[in-house]
Amino acid sequence: MSQANAMPVKSSGLDGMLIGLICILGAFWSLIAAARGVDPQIVAHGWLMLIGFVVGLYLLVNAYTGHGRYEESGFYHDNVIKAGAIATIFWAVAGLVVGLFIALQLTWPGLFYFEQLGFLNFGRLRPLHTSAVVFAFGGNALIATSFYVVQRTCRARLAGGLWPWFVFWGYQFFIVIAATGYVMGVTQTLEYAEPEWYADIWLTIVWVAYLLVFLGTLWKRKEPHIYVANWFYLAFIVTIAVLHIVNNLAIPVDAFGSYSYSVFAGVQNALTQWWYGHNAVGFFLTAGFLGIMYYFVPKRVGRPVYSYRLSILHFWSLIFIYIWAGPHHLHYTALPEWAQTLGMTFSIMLWMPSWGGMINGVMTLSGAWDKLRTDPVVRMMVLALAFYGMSTFEGPLMSVRAVNALSHYTEWTVGHVHSGALGWVGMISFAAIYCMVPWLWKKKGMWSRSLIEWHFWLATFGIVFYVAALWPAGINQGMMWRAYNELGFLEYSFVEVVEAMHPYYIIRAIGGLLFLAGALVMAFNMYKTITGDVSETEDIVEPQPQAIPAE
Amino acid sequence: MSDDHIDEESGIATTGHEWDGIRELDNPMPRWWLWVFYASIVWSIGYWVLMPAWPALPGMQGHTTGVVGNSERVNVAADLDALQSSRADSFAELESASGYDVIEADPVLFRFALAAGESAFGNFCATCHGAGAQGFVGYPNLNDDVWLWGGSFDAIRTTIRYGIRSDHPDTHFSQMPAFGADGLLSREDVRHVRDYVLSLSGNAGFEAAALNAGGEIFASQCATCHGDNGTGDVSQGAPDLTDAIWLYGGSAEQVEASIWRGPFGVMPAWEGRLDDPTITALATYVYSLGGGEIAPANNGAGGE
Repeated sequence: MSQANAMPVKSSGLDGMLIGLICILGAFWSLIAAARGVDPQIVAHGWLMLIGFVVGLYLLVNAYTGHGRYEESGFYHDNVIKAGAIATIFWAVAGLVVGLFIALQLTWPGLFYFEQLGFLNFGRLRPLHTSAVVFAFGGNALIATSFYVVQRTCRARLAGGLWPWFVFWGYQFFIVIAATGYVMGVTQTLEYAEPEWYADIWLTIVWVAYLLVFLGTLWKRKEPHIYVANWFYLAFIVTIAVLHIVNNLAIPVDAFGSYSYSVFAGVQNALTQWWYGHNAVGFFLTAGFLGIMYYFVPKRVGRPVYSYRLSILHFWSLIFIYIWAGPHHLHYTALPEWAQTLGMTFSIMLWMPSWGGMINGVMTLSGAWDKLRTDPVVRMMVLALAFYGMSTFEGPLMSVRAVNALSHYTEWTVGHVHSGALGWVGMISFAAIYCMVPWLWKKKGMWSRSLIEWHFWLATFGIVFYVAALWPAGINQGMMWRAYNELGFLEYSFVEVVEAMHPYYIIRAIGGLLFLAGALVMAFNMYKTITGDVSETEDIVEPQPQAIPAE
Repeated sequence: MSDDHIDEESGIATTGHEWDGIRELDNPMPRWWLWVFYASIVWSIGYWVLMPAWPALPGMQGHTTGVVGNSERVNVAADLDALQSSRADSFAELESASGYDVIEADPVLFRFALAAGESAFGNFCATCHGAGAQGFVGYPNLNDDVWLWGGSFDAIRTTIRYGIRSDHPDTHFSQMPAFGADGLLSREDVRHVRDYVLSLSGNAGFEAAALNAGGEIFASQCATCHGDNGTGDVSQGAPDLTDAIWLYGGSAEQVEASIWRGPFGVMPAWEGRLDDPTITALATYVYSLGGGEIAPANNGAGGE
């Protein structure tokens, strides 16, 4: 620790000045929006954002007067990661609660319909759920773990002084703006890109800061080579920046209004949207979380990564091929057939590059298979990889036009997404947090090991209920939609198909409830670990190698 | 690589680097993985050769067309044409059929009309009338023999064609006053009328004074449309109040609310959205559900 105290802890001051300037400009715009906004939504958002920017300035002043926990004397900058770990679980629970609620709305629409509370309508809450789990839960998991991993594997402290904190709080601020916008009906109606132009501009600023922090840390590294996890994180950050900016190119109707028009029209708009949407899956939910996998799996099981050569080839093939696959979301639409063909064939070619990550992850356990039995966190990782493998096989399958003709618009798609989201993204994130929490808070393990077991089984059964309900539901639905009688008339009316979904929806809601229960168990376990003395457990924790300070 | 390092457990060389305790084995890529990857690329290239795939230079139709010459748009247009021509004769027969008897007499045509009608009903009517045409509060049950605007085949077809209180010039139209909401009757008067109306279908237990008062108001305010005996008038869509079948519910609260607000149920006109033979098929289907009347309504008995 005496070594660590020698570390420079003061920021240059330039970071604080720039952040302060951003907050002041933001507050200025918000004030005008609050006072003279052209619609009620922008007025509400103006007030909200004004509060946010003022709080930001307050935190900034605190950082300099020494009251905040912004600087720390350790070799690594870990407080922002602690905040990220807590935010990750907070948003996980929030997103899952909303998910369960809308699952119940679909199951019993009469029971969960509130005429007086329009913001609780399914249409408002559905994007709230998807954004909360993908961007709030997944995004915080990615930011927190990437900050953790890049420091350890570069042997360098996070670059940018206060900027990592700006990234963290700026990102939470974006989530709040987006979420409040959804319930007020502010949306540009692009799936996974619903936030309106001003939220998009804010996210762009935050994301560029994130990229610079990450690149700066890589630049400062004391290792001769860049570890594979960082390739994936960097690909994720860079590509998401490109996707976000291009898909959100829009002209606001008013500089102080909540509405805008996309610069793309018609089928170009659709294609841009699904180029974005599919690569949000590819680079956010796949590449980013592979970054998590590549650090936490070998770290946790204490074995070398299975194959360096495989990691190179599957990384570059994944990156180059994924970006083409988006048109498979637009089969049998106005999109020209040749573009559909490209989307489909590139999705097929994507199968093995995706599986490279699964192979490398699972085979890393060679020589440590016994940990599957003894360590529930390792079991979570392997379950995550298994679901990753399943969804990345299912994805190419569903991209085949003939299969898509049956699966598209059905619950099969929803089941597919959730086998990836709950199984892969959820479980690998939970596992990473279970690793990081004792490491960050310097505990010998999680408070309760049996609660991790509980979480594992609750989540596993939750996923199984979920996908086991929605796969047959989707196939059933697709078959009913396409059923014709011998006279060429539809066999079933739409409402009959809706009725047929009811039992599946009940099972799906039970699955969601179980998965949520697991996350709550985790939140409790985390709380006890962070606040208490860890006495009950004999959790397996690899002690961190002593940081080697610069010079 | 920078230095030689062998993983003790597996005996396999690593790349020599170490990051935070993590090393990487120098295992070759699994052969099956590599070969499946190659195969997927070869398959894709083959698919590009066969199917429309790549944007092309000007003068090449905008894209490569593929040696198979497949076009989804042509395929779907051909499928639709085939379907339409296979049904064209039956629809033509439906169009020229003069009435239900003619359709019913031809088993093939009747079966076709029912199939077409059921399909159209599921798509366009079930939203309000229910998948089984059972109706809901405010939306009539079409299985019973009670018809607001007439239950003959022609009357049903007319209703489907022009709608009820729709924007079509030939629509059925009538309007019951909002007796309470517009201040025509006091709350107490409305309750008296409610009791009287409920008594028409055999409900008992009302105060005689209320029934008397309600009856007087009924005679002056309601009988013009609903008839002196409350048996309704199909020509105005005025429901029969004696049959214990209630479009807007038969509880005291519901009947009181109906008198208070004056219901104004709307059904869209389907002419223009559905072609004539489909409307005929729909009328056939609805008529056949069980409650169709044989002759055109002749005595005003088709109330509610």
